[in-house]
Amino acid sequence: MTLSYPLIAGLLFGLYFSLVGIGLNLVFGVMRIVNLAHGDFLMLGAFVAFGVYTVMGLDPLVGVPIAFVLFWIAGLLFYWLLVPRLQRARDPEMLSFILFFGFSQVIEAITIIIFGTSERSIPSRELAASLGQLWARLFGGDADSGPFVILGESFPASWVIAAAVSIIAIGLVYLYLYRTRLGTLTRAVMSRRDEAVATGINVDRVSAAAFGIGLGLAAVAGVFAPFMFGSFTPAFGVDATVTAFVVVVLGSLGNPLGTALGGIVYGVCYMLVQTYLSSWADLLPYVLLIAILLLRPSGLLGRRARIA
Amino acid sequence: MPDTVRHYLLIAVPLLAVMALLPFGYNNHLLLFNFVIFFILAQGVNVIYGFTGYLPFGYVGFFGAGAYGFAVMVMHLNTPAWIAVLAAGLIAVLLGLLLTPLLRLSGAYFSIANLAAALAVLHLIANPALESITKGPYGVALSGTFNPRLAYNAALLILALTLGIVVFLKNSNFGLSLQAVREDPFSAAMAGINVVKMRVIAWLASALVAGLAGGTFAWYVSVFYPDNVFSADFSIFAIVFALFGGVATICGPLIGVIVLYGIYNMIGFTTPQYFQLIYGLLIMVLVLFLPAGLVSLATRRGWHVP
Repeated sequence: MTLSYPLIAGLLFGLYFSLVGIGLNLVFGVMRIVNLAHGDFLMLGAFVAFGVYTVMGLDPLVGVPIAFVLFWIAGLLFYWLLVPRLQRARDPEMLSFILFFGFSQVIEAITIIIFGTSERSIPSRELAASLGQLWARLFGGDADSGPFVILGESFPASWVIAAAVSIIAIGLVYLYLYRTRLGTLTRAVMSRRDEAVATGINVDRVSAAAFGIGLGLAAVAGVFAPFMFGSFTPAFGVDATVTAFVVVVLGSLGNPLGTALGGIVYGVCYMLVQTYLSSWADLLPYVLLIAILLLRPSGLLGRRARIA
Repeated sequence: MPDTVRHYLLIAVPLLAVMALLPFGYNNHLLLFNFVIFFILAQGVNVIYGFTGYLPFGYVGFFGAGAYGFAVMVMHLNTPAWIAVLAAGLIAVLLGLLLTPLLRLSGAYFSIANLAAALAVLHLIANPALESITKGPYGVALSGTFNPRLAYNAALLILALTLGIVVFLKNSNFGLSLQAVREDPFSAAMAGINVVKMRVIAWLASALVAGLAGGTFAWYVSVFYPDNVFSADFSIFAIVFALFGGVATICGPLIGVIVLYGIYNMIGFTTPQYFQLIYGLLIMVLVLFLPAGLVSLATRRGWHVP
């Protein structure tokens, strides 16, 4: 096997991992809240894709806007329910860790009670099948997209689509943060919360928006989870949370481009280890996480250290 | 009578006596053993989280390392069980020493790194490439040392040690300094406290008791897989029990274990997802409305809770 396969597969997975991490990054950056339920929203996003495909009989890609809007609204609700009360506590960062752990347990338990513990999957070719048909009708050619060929190696079309959606999503987050008024306020809250309050920024409104977007992005990443990981269960939220953390810590907090870089570094490392040292691949995310936390706690693109 | 002795006589000794006598009147010995294990682990979390503010989300790493330390000693060196239990404690302390750099991280970073460390140890031990040493993912069977009665008594001894540590922390200048460090490390350092040394000692003490507990667990059950002894449930239960009762007290974690683990055993076994739902909701309510645990109901009224 040549080196180009793990490198390109790593890049595709890496872009997707960036999408997995970016919502977590936004929420932590703005609110100093550790959303341990992040992976569970990903899992719920996977259920949205599953529902769109099996119940409504539509292309799972339709799940992307549905999941985003649904969880954006849910995020606003949960924000007002949980966060202001939490921020009044003595040590919100630590307590948020525990609070959202409880939340993650509740989500997982309710999902199991409703859907059971069985594994679910969606046939890989169904993703964006409608786009393929549209393409065929407009320009002629084969409706069945088949595997993508890049540099002589073939990859599942679903990987390429997930990576493309991830690039678009990260670009939109970048535009939101750097080209809109609310985004500018968001960055102000990220860099100095107390000064932002002092200048009259409505921190709660900014934070609620960021929380909604964070959950929405997690759900969008979840739509692709059945294709990237083969299948999903209600219990897969925990692993997804750890992965998201690795990606966020690898990049740096409060910097969407950092998360993109972190995701790519992680994805490429993951694919390289999987290809050449497969029995050690499980160890990689954890060792990488500890190493980066100890050696470069501010992340690859970070400026400030955050040591006690 | 100094407070240290009084607290030990009034809280630790009755608890130990009850746990020592219960096996004669109650048949589910495994359940009693699990209670003792969770008393130890909840107090271990109390030592590190209650007194220093570091939340060890990967606390089970020490427990699992201890269990495997025990297994390796028995399988490869044929040592008697009690030596293997001591070795289990030693392994956990060594792992703790290896992980001391994590104490440089603050807040959630420490918790995440600690979780990652526990998972890394799990994947290292469960790696098929190390099958000749740890039996990899296939699990170990230690029929030679199987003796649940002795293992139960050993667990009681470790509980006695753990309670001794907590009583000491609660009543000594050392414990007070630790709490000062937790509240404000800079001021504590200004007041002449050796911040790093204090944290490391508390960290290693909590690693030691978890490792010893893991060793006796391996001794008691004698057949286990990596996923059993590294189950995240151990960390999570221990943390939730300690928080539920109230950390930085002697009684809090004990009350937490009795109430929550009691509830768990009433409803948890038949329908685990309902218990998961209840304890998830309980954690959320607790954090939002009662962040200092059950004992804060009493301390708010001005009653002193040891």
